Amino acid sequence: MNDEKIIGVRGLTAGYAGRVILRDLSFDVRRGEIFIILGGSGSGKSTLLKNMIGLYPAMVGEVLICGEDIVGASGENRERILRQFGVMYQGGALFGSMTLAENVALPLEECTRLPREARVLLARLKLQQVGLGEFADYLPSETSGGMVKRAAVARAMALDPGILFLDEPSAGLDPITSAGLDELIRVLSRDYGITFVIASHELASVYAIGDRAILLEGGCIAAEGKPMQLRDDPPNDYVRAFFRREPERAHAT
Amino acid sequence: MATETSGQSVPLRVESSGAETLLMLAGRLDDAAVASCWSKAVGAARTAQDGVRVDCAKVDFCGGAGFALLMALEETLHERRKSFAVEGLPQRFRAMYEQIDRKKLEQPEVPQREEFGLVTSVGEAVVGRVDEWRGEAEFVGEVTAGLARLGHEPRRLRLREWWVIVEKAGTNALPIVALISFLMGMIMAFQAAMPMRQFGVDIFVVNLVALAITRELGPLMTAIVLAGRSGSAFAAEIGTMKVNEEVAALTTMGLSPVRFLAVPRVLAGIVVTPVLTIYSMVIGVAGGLFVMMMLGFPLATLLHQLSGSLKIDDVLAGLIKSFFFGAVVAGVGCMRGLQTGAGAAAVGDSTTRSVVTGIFLIVLLDAVFAVVYYQLKF
Ligand SMILES: Nc1ncnc2c1ncn2[C@@H]1O[C@H](COP(=O)(O)OP(=O)(O)OP(=O)(O)O)[C@@H](O)[C@H]1O
Ligand SMILES: [Mg+2]
Repeated sequence: MNDEKIIGVRGLTAGYAGRVILRDLSFDVRRGEIFIILGGSGSGKSTLLKNMIGLYPAMVGEVLICGEDIVGASGENRERILRQFGVMYQGGALFGSMTLAENVALPLEECTRLPREARVLLARLKLQQVGLGEFADYLPSETSGGMVKRAAVARAMALDPGILFLDEPSAGLDPITSAGLDELIRVLSRDYGITFVIASHELASVYAIGDRAILLEGGCIAAEGKPMQLRDDPPNDYVRAFFRREPERAHAT
Repeated sequence: MATETSGQSVPLRVESSGAETLLMLAGRLDDAAVASCWSKAVGAARTAQDGVRVDCAKVDFCGGAGFALLMALEETLHERRKSFAVEGLPQRFRAMYEQIDRKKLEQPEVPQREEFGLVTSVGEAVVGRVDEWRGEAEFVGEVTAGLARLGHEPRRLRLREWWVIVEKAGTNALPIVALISFLMGMIMAFQAAMPMRQFGVDIFVVNLVALAITRELGPLMTAIVLAGRSGSAFAAEIGTMKVNEEVAALTTMGLSPVRFLAVPRVLAGIVVTPVLTIYSMVIGVAGGLFVMMMLGFPLATLLHQLSGSLKIDDVLAGLIKSFFFGAVVAGVGCMRGLQTGAGAAAVGDSTTRSVVTGIFLIVLLDAVFAVVYYQLKF
């Protein structure tokens, strides 16, 4: 890992239809690191992620991926930026009419000139990496919630992107599968230098993989640092409560 | 990463030294590079006299596509019972390469369906169909019971939500019903006026339009518009709820989906359709009169003729039908919605089915009414 900044968030204020969810956030993600967005349920993790990938334009501020603003980009330029990253949505967002393998093969079919044979093999390989080798020919509706999630990770990885955005990859997975996914993320980050931006509140997995984390609270960054450090040396009460899994006190500010 | 293409450098070189073939891969093995050399590499593997060695020492990135290429080569040579070796793959890609489970990649295990004989398949189809009918009969029963219960306890109706349904199915349908009815009245009057003028009886076009619109076309056109607008909307709405497991959530909360979802909609259909039908009759007749005025008849004459020809029986006959049409269209929409299977495509299917079944039943019912009215001399 080096200090090169691959994603820059500058004064981002974002929300939905006039409702502000995130207020004036600024942070950087460095190339090759595993960056975790922590926060309680409804704190805006998914919103932040969707703004980072340019799904919604920011109200104020901007997000730069490799120095480029995706919201402003168009045409070929935009396509080029889009190919730098893969995204796994919180709900998986698999296409219901296609099998898992077809889901993974879809970006290969649309964005590469690989022959069919290669796409099939590659899709199976990716599925195998997330432990779904045997389920390649199942439809999403015939699989479990955790399997859909892993297949969505496989689809996000299909084009070997340099950055992977994962929205709660390990929520709802059993400890063994979740550990397997963590291991895969670590290997990809170590051997391939892939940058990860992961929204999560599974603390066990955050400790295992996270290089750096920010904690969202009330639309702002409540803390930033190494997950373990935040746990052991919390800068404020909310951070302490979050990492110690204390219930929020009724009068907490 | 993968976005930077591998440049101009050729990623593959093939060398045959004696019987053995050497494939030399170099540079970035991303999808673009692999796509450009795939057929050449696999072709070399197919035609290699003896084993194949792949030299990967100069590979500085191996993405998924690169692994897929290596696997394809390995598979090809394995089938031909020739030797295959990968050499010099950099350590950081080695781990991933070795983790690949060859067996599972080779033959995707397609879950085999058991084959049954003709008799079994026919039997299964019949049983399935009978089951479906039973479900539909149960649905009709449950809706009827639910409506009856509402009659006893009108407070059980969630009025605010019901009113939204009524607005959508009724108020919002006014413009399209008006347009279609007016045009129907005009077309009919126009088509009939020409031949009837030859016999000098064109004033009787008014009688014809009044009869046809009130007895048949008013109720029928309204019901068909309702099937296309609201029956399909009900099916899509409930179908989406089914797919999102909202219907399952209702069931586990102890609420009957039929009572909760279907009964208010059917009630809305029953209330809205007759009103729309009357509206359609008025506008349809107006359309007919409009054409007659264009053809030179004074309004007073036309109104006089109309008051002589319009019979309350005809209007009633049309209205009675429309109650049933409304119930059928709304009921079919809800039923198809509740029958929705899994996945987004299933919602589309049930929407289609709701319109097809709805229109079919309307026409069927109309025929039944024609016979019944005839027998009753109504
Ligand atoms: N499409 C939307 N339209 C309007 N508001 C939304 C929308 N999506 C999310 N919100 C609101 O934005 C806030 C943050 O939601 P978000 O989905 O980002 O939370 P989250 O941190 O990802 O939560 P979780 O951990 O439960 O996934 C919530 O208050 C939610 O009500
Ligand atoms: Mg979320």
